Amino acid sequence: MVVTGKGGVGKTTVAAALGLLAARQGRRTVVCEVAQQERLAGLFGARDVGHGEVELAPGLFSVSVQPEQAMHEWLRHQLKSGALAGLLGHSRLFGYLTAAAPGVTELVTVGKVWDLAQVERRTGGSPFDLVIMDAPATGHALALLRAPRTYASVARVGPIARQAGSIDAFLRDSSATGVLSVALPEEMPVNETVDLERRLAGDLELEVDQVVANGVLPARFTAPDVRRLRSLDGQGTEAAQAAVTSALVEHRRAARQQEQLERLRAEVRAPVTTLPYLFEPEPRRRELELLSDRLEEAL
Amino acid sequence: MIEDWLERKQICICAGSGGVGKTTASAAIALGMAARGKKVAVLTIDPAKRLANALGLRELGNEERRVDAGVDGELWAMMLDAKRTFDELIEWHAPDERTRDAVLSNRIYQELSNALAGSQEYMAMEKLYELSQEGRYDLLVLDTPPTRNALDFLDAPRKLSEFIDSRSLQLLMAPGRLGLKVLGRGTNVAFSVMKRATGVDLLQDLGEFFRSFGDMTEGFRERAGRVNELLGARSSAFVLVTSPRREAIDEGIYFHRRLKDSGLPFAGVIANRVQQAGGATTRATLANLCGEELGTKVYDSYEGTRRLAERDQANLDLLRRRLGRTPLIEVPHLPDDVHDLAGLRLMDEFLFG
Repeated sequence: MVVTGKGGVGKTTVAAALGLLAARQGRRTVVCEVAQQERLAGLFGARDVGHGEVELAPGLFSVSVQPEQAMHEWLRHQLKSGALAGLLGHSRLFGYLTAAAPGVTELVTVGKVWDLAQVERRTGGSPFDLVIMDAPATGHALALLRAPRTYASVARVGPIARQAGSIDAFLRDSSATGVLSVALPEEMPVNETVDLERRLAGDLELEVDQVVANGVLPARFTAPDVRRLRSLDGQGTEAAQAAVTSALVEHRRAARQQEQLERLRAEVRAPVTTLPYLFEPEPRRRELELLSDRLEEAL
Repeated sequence: MIEDWLERKQICICAGSGGVGKTTASAAIALGMAARGKKVAVLTIDPAKRLANALGLRELGNEERRVDAGVDGELWAMMLDAKRTFDELIEWHAPDERTRDAVLSNRIYQELSNALAGSQEYMAMEKLYELSQEGRYDLLVLDTPPTRNALDFLDAPRKLSEFIDSRSLQLLMAPGRLGLKVLGRGTNVAFSVMKRATGVDLLQDLGEFFRSFGDMTEGFRERAGRVNELLGARSSAFVLVTSPRREAIDEGIYFHRRLKDSGLPFAGVIANRVQQAGGATTRATLANLCGEELGTKVYDSYEGTRRLAERDQANLDLLRRRLGRTPLIEVPHLPDDVHDLAGLRLMDEFLFG
């Protein structure tokens, strides 16, 4: 499951909540961070998730994919020799080439994620029932998903072509790979979600399976409430007045959000589900559980 | 405030992680400076549709357009097309038509020039340099691409020139195996192992790509060097745009340190969408004012907002402590999204004080 969306919409939070849900349902699950952010461990109050697998909750693991290490793993498998892989991995020629050759980082990163989803993993280890990729923002995520196909076509023959071809086929098999797009009910994230669906379909013949609109404010105030609040202008203590103004602002934001949600629902083909706004800027385990409950009800 | 930051500056680079409102802040700075009599151009990457419309960027190419903003100065805007800029650059640097066509028609260039590591970042700098050389504006405002990391774009020119300088590239550009001999046996082995790992075909295609690029290396290297110089010049100013969320703040602190270490001119921080709230009140007070049921709703809503405001201030305090005397401007979380000139003018009050 590939989780993507515009920067700052809460991709990692949604990926983590989804992971918790799957693990709770008894599926051995791993969430892969690929943007070197390593924020997942923090959400669970754990320290330091490296390139290796770390168990965050029962049945829920986390991996932070490091391109260099993924490259080394790939070379070792390809050359069937750790020594040769080491030699090549440390050669400056190879370093420069891979740093400059377009899309290599993307290819090895997505290759590592793909490997985690295989029954027979190159790197050994028990297989996972579900692999969640906490992908970068839309543009980079597209580059990531496109890399295997590009290399399959550019390389034509040889080991890279074969491998990239299998990864590409796996990504495009809708029974194996799903795409979840996270959005906020705001102008830009909605545009980007609509754009993502269009570009995935156009460039990669991939569908978005689910859209999650995150941070939806509660419909707290009714129309009579709002009329009453407006009539209170200038009354009460200063703090009470600030509270009334703040309530009206929240109502206004919530109404704008509903407009954007309607637009989102009208413009994307994928089903849209919502997650509530957390009045808690730094979500922790408890908030994640709450979000995963909501996802369970919705999906 | 911003006016002081940008005094005698010709370039303002707005950096920050994705989703913090960089594009909006860039546009607001440009509009504000134009309103104060300057001739300003804002280079943006991907503005919201309505903002793009407001800036007249609906159907633009890779050229600046004059925005009818009713200001004393002039506001120009352009939306950066990385691929187009790259093509233009190749056309500019290619010594002859044959080389130009060889690169532009190379399969790898075509398939990958969009995904080329750091290309968007580098091309943004490139366009900035070009416009600054032409000298038609008092101020250029650059909205940097949404990178995973606010710093990626800083490394782009250096990476490119380092790569071009590398002997490895020269090796790949050298026809036949002659180049390998020059570089010694170690490389020879690496090269043959690499063939085993990647397949010969791909290696040859890549070699061809870099070879055709090779005739242009000198021009590219020089250019990358000058772009770097421009960024470090005293006429440039880096502005960090951040949200008051913890992860953006952490990145901001890191970014600030990196800029300082690199000796790049840092002007200040814009903290965008900072939650505001007044003093504490009680459920009973609000129940008295609005009635029992509504009072509770207002109380719950207000308490949530106050929690967010407190957290935002705590995060900003952390930022202030780490940044020392660096100036910081807070822009409150406005009731509506900013996506038109009217919204930008609302931000003006906070940015320009």
